[in-house]
Amino acid sequence: MSGAAGGVASVGRVQLKLRKTLKGHLAKIYAMHWSADSRQMVSASQDGKLLVWDCFTGNKLVAVPLKSAWVMSVAFAPSGNLVASGGLDNICTVYNIKAASPKTLRELDAHTGYLSCCRFLSDSEIITASDKLKRPQTIMFTNHIGDCMSLALSPDMNTFISGACDSLAKLWDVRDGACKQTFSGHTSDINAIAFFPSGNAVITGSDDCSCKMYDLRSDQEVIGYQDTSLNAGVTSLALSSSGRLIFAGYDDFNCHIWDSLKGEKVGVLSGHDNRVSCTGVPDDGMGVCTGSWDSFLKLWN
Amino acid sequence: MEKVIVAMQDPDMGMKMRNQRLLITVIPHAMTGHDIITWLIQKYSICEEEALHVGGMLVKYGYIYPLKEPRSIVLHPDESPYRFQTPYFWTSTRWPASELDYAIYLAKKNIRKQGELMEYEKERYSVLHKRINHTWDFVVMQAREQLRASKQRRKADRIVLECQEQAYWLINRPPVCSVPLHYTILHNILFCTLYCTLHCSAQYTILDCTIEASRRALGRNRVKSSVCLEGFVKYSEQYQNHDPIMQGCLPSNPWISDDTAHWTMNSEMVPTPTRLRVECWSFSFMELLNDNMGRREFMTYLEKEFSAENLCFWQACEELRHGETSRIAEKVEEIYKNFLAPGAARWVNIDSKTMDKTLEGIKRPHRFVMDDAQMHIYFLMKKDSYPRYLKSDLYKNMLAKAIVPQETKKSVFPFMRRQRHSSPSPAQAATTATEEDGRAKGAGQAGANSEGGSHV
Repeated sequence: MSGAAGGVASVGRVQLKLRKTLKGHLAKIYAMHWSADSRQMVSASQDGKLLVWDCFTGNKLVAVPLKSAWVMSVAFAPSGNLVASGGLDNICTVYNIKAASPKTLRELDAHTGYLSCCRFLSDSEIITASDKLKRPQTIMFTNHIGDCMSLALSPDMNTFISGACDSLAKLWDVRDGACKQTFSGHTSDINAIAFFPSGNAVITGSDDCSCKMYDLRSDQEVIGYQDTSLNAGVTSLALSSSGRLIFAGYDDFNCHIWDSLKGEKVGVLSGHDNRVSCTGVPDDGMGVCTGSWDSFLKLWN
Repeated sequence: MEKVIVAMQDPDMGMKMRNQRLLITVIPHAMTGHDIITWLIQKYSICEEEALHVGGMLVKYGYIYPLKEPRSIVLHPDESPYRFQTPYFWTSTRWPASELDYAIYLAKKNIRKQGELMEYEKERYSVLHKRINHTWDFVVMQAREQLRASKQRRKADRIVLECQEQAYWLINRPPVCSVPLHYTILHNILFCTLYCTLHCSAQYTILDCTIEASRRALGRNRVKSSVCLEGFVKYSEQYQNHDPIMQGCLPSNPWISDDTAHWTMNSEMVPTPTRLRVECWSFSFMELLNDNMGRREFMTYLEKEFSAENLCFWQACEELRHGETSRIAEKVEEIYKNFLAPGAARWVNIDSKTMDKTLEGIKRPHRFVMDDAQMHIYFLMKKDSYPRYLKSDLYKNMLAKAIVPQETKKSVFPFMRRQRHSSPSPAQAATTATEEDGRAKGAGQAGANSEGGSHV
């Protein structure tokens, strides 16, 4: 892959500056998700609150109190009206945040394991990942042997990909629930997964301290991103809007930036005092947000 | 693979062992190459070629080692003797082979044979000596200890142990190290294990799944990886200008300048869109449809061509797919009435096979019943109307009208032109020429602008 990208101009050193620090959570932040309008963002922390921020002004717009404080994942609906969260309570709760005070719209509790990730397909459909993957229309995607830790929707919404503790990444079809492809290669749990913006490749990040890019059409791993100096597992991944840069959050309190085509490390975002637990790039690609166990969210650009 | 080995060593069903004579000592538990092949053929009912191949793999990865010529790691189907490697030295349990262990082994050999190391071993020895110099004392001490302990064993055992160790290191540190063995090991071991378990009576479910997945993978159509890789590179390059992190953003990145001009210029419905946005529509059909403004423009174009019902049908199907479950039946009815029924107001042109399938599905409506028809119409539009739209006057006018926003003026301090874009500013290339005179005028100009341009 780096051979194919040999002709591409190098990215050079990417230095992003910290633009804002969002303070307000009282405990570790476990998950965050950008809204489709690229301005609002929801974050979940184990102090039992979901906070919806306006990232431009830094104001908190809505605070949603959670019934169970052990939240592990959060998702914003594309319309911006709904927010879903879930965690160790095995329930995925959907809230309506446009109402006067955030109301619980629905509780999806048919899970047998903790909820590690959820993503909205639309206002009426959500895919949740627990030890099995489910959709409310009772189509269960059961093929992973270990806990499914993360999931990502393809840009065309027809397929999604999931990464699990059995170190496999699987591609599923939303409609018939069949596992279409499986990718192996990692030697440890896959913690984070994301689609390349063209929808033809998937990037995974794992506890074995490396990220890998798998191509869907040729069904194989095309490049790995690892560095001998990095000994911490990858906790979260996000891609810039052209797909050129990968922002990977590690356990060593930093977020490293990789050039996706050449496979080189091109930068680092340091500033957190604890493990980086979640990263996200908004749809318009303006910058990147990292959330960490030190209870702060930082916006970089 | 290990199951095979264990089966081989089974006293009843396994290989026939013979004693081997080495000078005056008799070494038990040896077998000939020929025996190995015959046993494999018998046990797994495979042909001789396959048996040779599997046997060869077993030798290559160190589960069986030859006694006569230890350096040739092949399986000879004749009377040459082989022996099983002890599980302690199996590749799977002891991999990766560590530098330290190798150093100890070489040191032992050096001491014992007084400089009779082979060329490549001598080289590696000196390299290791340099590299782990700090623990060299430990290495030498370990080597001496191990030699002393082995002297207290019977000669036969000692020879066996030496042979085993030598074989292990021959596998793991081959003389010509072209490809790191452990990379190919994983691939091949997996393949070999699959192969063997296919024939073995006891099968693990995990391996079952892997076999299934591999079989399916073999049957799947694949695109050449070089083609795919080029695709990624092209995509990245195409979208680089649209990536604010890589390329900066006009008029200015709101996060940096606290100026929301960019968002207002790019909001859903503006009278004149930005140039980047319009260019994006030409990248792919999906981009055009995803942007509401683009969709509207395309609809206007289609109306001129009298094929607007295609886009309307597509939109209706999208709503069906992502809408509420309770309204599915009613939406399907509507779509049928408007687009599919013979003599419908906005009848869409679908081929008969798809039409039949869809009509069948309508009897039991569900979210994805219109998918085939929708796909058909989507590709119709993509192949036919979309390219014509891009060449049309409508699009070209839009592109010409589209604005390239001016970069907002620099910050308050007139004499400090700080680099505000962490990534290169797209306007910078154009303005580098005028920067020199700009700076001279900057004082006067910025002074006037500082009132207008200052912000909290």
